[in-house]
Amino acid sequence: MDLEILVENVLNAVTAGITIGCIYGLMCIGLGLIFGIMRIVNFAQGELLMLGMFVSFYLVSEGRILSALGPYWGPFIGAMCAAPAIFAGGALLHRFLISRVSGLRTVGSLDEGHFGQLIVTLGISLILQNGGQILFGSTPVAVRTPLSSEAFLIGPLYHGATVFLNKAKLVAFFVAVLAAVALYVTLEYTRLGKALRASADNPTAATYMGIDVDRAYRIAFGLGSGITAVAGGLMATYISFTPFVGFDYVIIMYSGVVLGGMGSIFGAFWGGVTVGFVQQFSALILPPQLQNAAIFVVFLMIVLLRPQGLFGRSAERA
Amino acid sequence: MRQGVGSHLRRNLIVLAVVSVAYLLLTLFVSNSYYQLILTLVPVWALFGVSWNILSGYGGQLSFGHASFFGIGAYTVTLALVYWNLSPWLGIPLGMVLGGLAAVLIGLPTFRLRGHYFALSMLAYPLAILYVMQYLGFQEVSMPMHRESPLAYMEFAEPRVYTLIAVLLLVGGVVVSLFIESSRFGLALLAIRQNELAAEAAGIDARSEKMRSLIVSGMMGAVAGGFYARVLLVVTPESVFGMLVSAQAVVVTLFGGVASVWGPVIGAAILVPLAETLQAELGTYLPGIQGVVYGVAIIAVMLLSPDGLYWTIRDRWLRRDASQGVSDVQSDVAAAALDGKPPAPVRPVAHASGPLLQVEGLSRAFGGLRAVSEVSFSIAEGEILGIIGPNGAGKTTLFNVLNGVLSADEGSARLDGQPMLGRKTHEVCRMGVGRTFQVVRSFPRLPVLDNVIVGAYGAGASDHEAITRAVRALRQVGLQDRAAVAAGQLTNKQLRLMELARALAGNPRLLLLDETLAGLGREECDDVLGVLARLREQGMTICIIEHTMHAMMRLADRFVVLDHGRVLATGLPRVVVEDASVIEAYLGKKWLARRDA
Repeated sequence: MDLEILVENVLNAVTAGITIGCIYGLMCIGLGLIFGIMRIVNFAQGELLMLGMFVSFYLVSEGRILSALGPYWGPFIGAMCAAPAIFAGGALLHRFLISRVSGLRTVGSLDEGHFGQLIVTLGISLILQNGGQILFGSTPVAVRTPLSSEAFLIGPLYHGATVFLNKAKLVAFFVAVLAAVALYVTLEYTRLGKALRASADNPTAATYMGIDVDRAYRIAFGLGSGITAVAGGLMATYISFTPFVGFDYVIIMYSGVVLGGMGSIFGAFWGGVTVGFVQQFSALILPPQLQNAAIFVVFLMIVLLRPQGLFGRSAERA
Repeated sequence: MRQGVGSHLRRNLIVLAVVSVAYLLLTLFVSNSYYQLILTLVPVWALFGVSWNILSGYGGQLSFGHASFFGIGAYTVTLALVYWNLSPWLGIPLGMVLGGLAAVLIGLPTFRLRGHYFALSMLAYPLAILYVMQYLGFQEVSMPMHRESPLAYMEFAEPRVYTLIAVLLLVGGVVVSLFIESSRFGLALLAIRQNELAAEAAGIDARSEKMRSLIVSGMMGAVAGGFYARVLLVVTPESVFGMLVSAQAVVVTLFGGVASVWGPVIGAAILVPLAETLQAELGTYLPGIQGVVYGVAIIAVMLLSPDGLYWTIRDRWLRRDASQGVSDVQSDVAAAALDGKPPAPVRPVAHASGPLLQVEGLSRAFGGLRAVSEVSFSIAEGEILGIIGPNGAGKTTLFNVLNGVLSADEGSARLDGQPMLGRKTHEVCRMGVGRTFQVVRSFPRLPVLDNVIVGAYGAGASDHEAITRAVRALRQVGLQDRAAVAAGQLTNKQLRLMELARALAGNPRLLLLDETLAGLGREECDDVLGVLARLREQGMTICIIEHTMHAMMRLADRFVVLDHGRVLATGLPRVVVEDASVIEAYLGKKWLARRDA
């Protein structure tokens, strides 16, 4: 391969890795938040991402409510509108299903209720995925914005290499970073954030301190759902999707969360960024069909070689 | 086979025969080809559920990726027929072998993980294979027909023959599962599911037992997949490696009843026809209805009867029968054994001169924290050594290092001259070291007798001997009346005694007891002390961690005092409690100064 092309490909992989990685990072925070605070592995997180995409799609595309905002603002406002909608949905899921197999109810029970949680979220995932097929059909759709086919050109740089920055991804990147920062501030500096973290550390003690742990978990589940849904709404501007799209991303989310150290909410962000990088670089050497397989292999290697994550330390002690 | 489960097995085999014949008779009355297909698919999915149940039900290793094995079976049969012209009669066994091989390859790395991590990693395998299959161009492979010799290629004009084969395969799977259920292998799996660490401390090699269950499970799953391909005549990566396939195994088993042979059969018999019929009737308007039904089914089951229909029905309507449960067959034998001769005293095995346990310079750090630091002590045969020290002194860590739960950084520990360190937990147990835990680690849903039998099996006892030993151990601790009760129903004191009995059933030479008296009232405490004193009279060597000083004064021959991971003092109880540094560690400098003043 020519040096010039190689340099150009690598530079483009780096920029795409950063932009896509941060969007993945936001997506992973959602799953990481739910795991970090409630110790629940949410199998249905990919479907929450999918719902975020469809909320945005139904708000924005084909002459609906937000289409008045135009093709530039609309899709991104739509993505942000997915947050309250899916927050409410997530809180309801927790209220009626998840809370019955988790939280104080299962503290100290056999395997802390993990079995039940995995199964219930698997059930939710099946219902949303297949129910989505009934409601939305299985034809791929996208949230159209002219930005997704426009790019900033940077360069020519070294050896005449040019970097292409897709505008849709760039805007999505900024929104993702802003959302992540906003969540960080909320969790670190507000009363709500403290209640959430206390409930994560020791639910029983938090109850004694007057924190409504059940409510805290409900909010955490809603927040985790909403955050991932925003990421979904952002991604909807540059990919096309069907109700089954969640599956392609749920493994990315698990990889990111495990990489970041299970339990570390913002570790999950960096985990997501790393996975974005791996994916973009694997595109340089692998045929497209194998890129997804590559992510699974990377995931397995991470889990097997460094289950405590790249950024975390093992919290378990025998 | 475990002693006394013969009648249980016989009863189940009769039920199996009756149900199979009835099912086959039913097929005679069905002529609609779509319903005939459903009748064939029910046993196929039931078999797949049975396969999942062996790993995830009995063994408790939740797998979301069983489609790996199903798909490997399906693709082996199909590709072998397409490329080598190999008949499915041979293709299915070949798939079975490959399924077993895949189980080894998947199990070797993945069993390093537990819980969440295991479940999620298993998910990744079939999906990775799915993409590779797409890449290799096997998007849709159909089986060529061999009109010239249909029989040799498992081709039948009469669809009922497929149903017959499916039922026969399922019967095979159920029989395997029944035998596992009533074998020591099955008991080991149940023990691992309920408490892996306790199982290992009782001498069970958890990893190799799990591996065996995965291999059996993988082979069975591949058979189900291979035959499925033969019935449908075409395979796609999604239809055999897809998420819905893995989910199917989970769903039918959980719905029907987890960790029961009949669970997957009941689940498949109800859910498969339901989902298929809905799909056929409404599929055009509601294309994902099958998945929705499965999702609703498992959520409903988890919330309403978490163990599945089989157990709920058994508990609710067959209560009289269920109160005896698994244990009825065992308790007959136990009762017989209890009427027999008095317990034989534990006789120390002949040994070389010198201390039974010799620990030298043992250290273990967690990061910067030296939890155990250069600890040396020894225990003579027949002695009771008390290890005392304030919270966080490293007492439990010391035990964990000694019985192989944690590795040591430095130092040595010898049992009768044999090095103990560097061995796995179950190996240390088999050397003759029994262990109890600070927080009781029981197998709550197994009857008390089975809990104790696990300990005897772990030490390598034969079936008959295991029961004898378990009964003897229960008598030694005075729990013989509770043998048939589920461990979850015991009081705290009884649990402590049961754990002690489990350790005794392994015929240990040394007992490591971690705060056996914790949380007991004064009278209960006295009872347990009485049991321990009797054990000493029978020649047992005991090393016990304890906080309750007055109890230890009555029991222990010698004390080792730990503080901040170091040995602070050793010696006779009277001497040690007068030792200034010990008082300081327990009560602080001020108290010491006041005493001296």
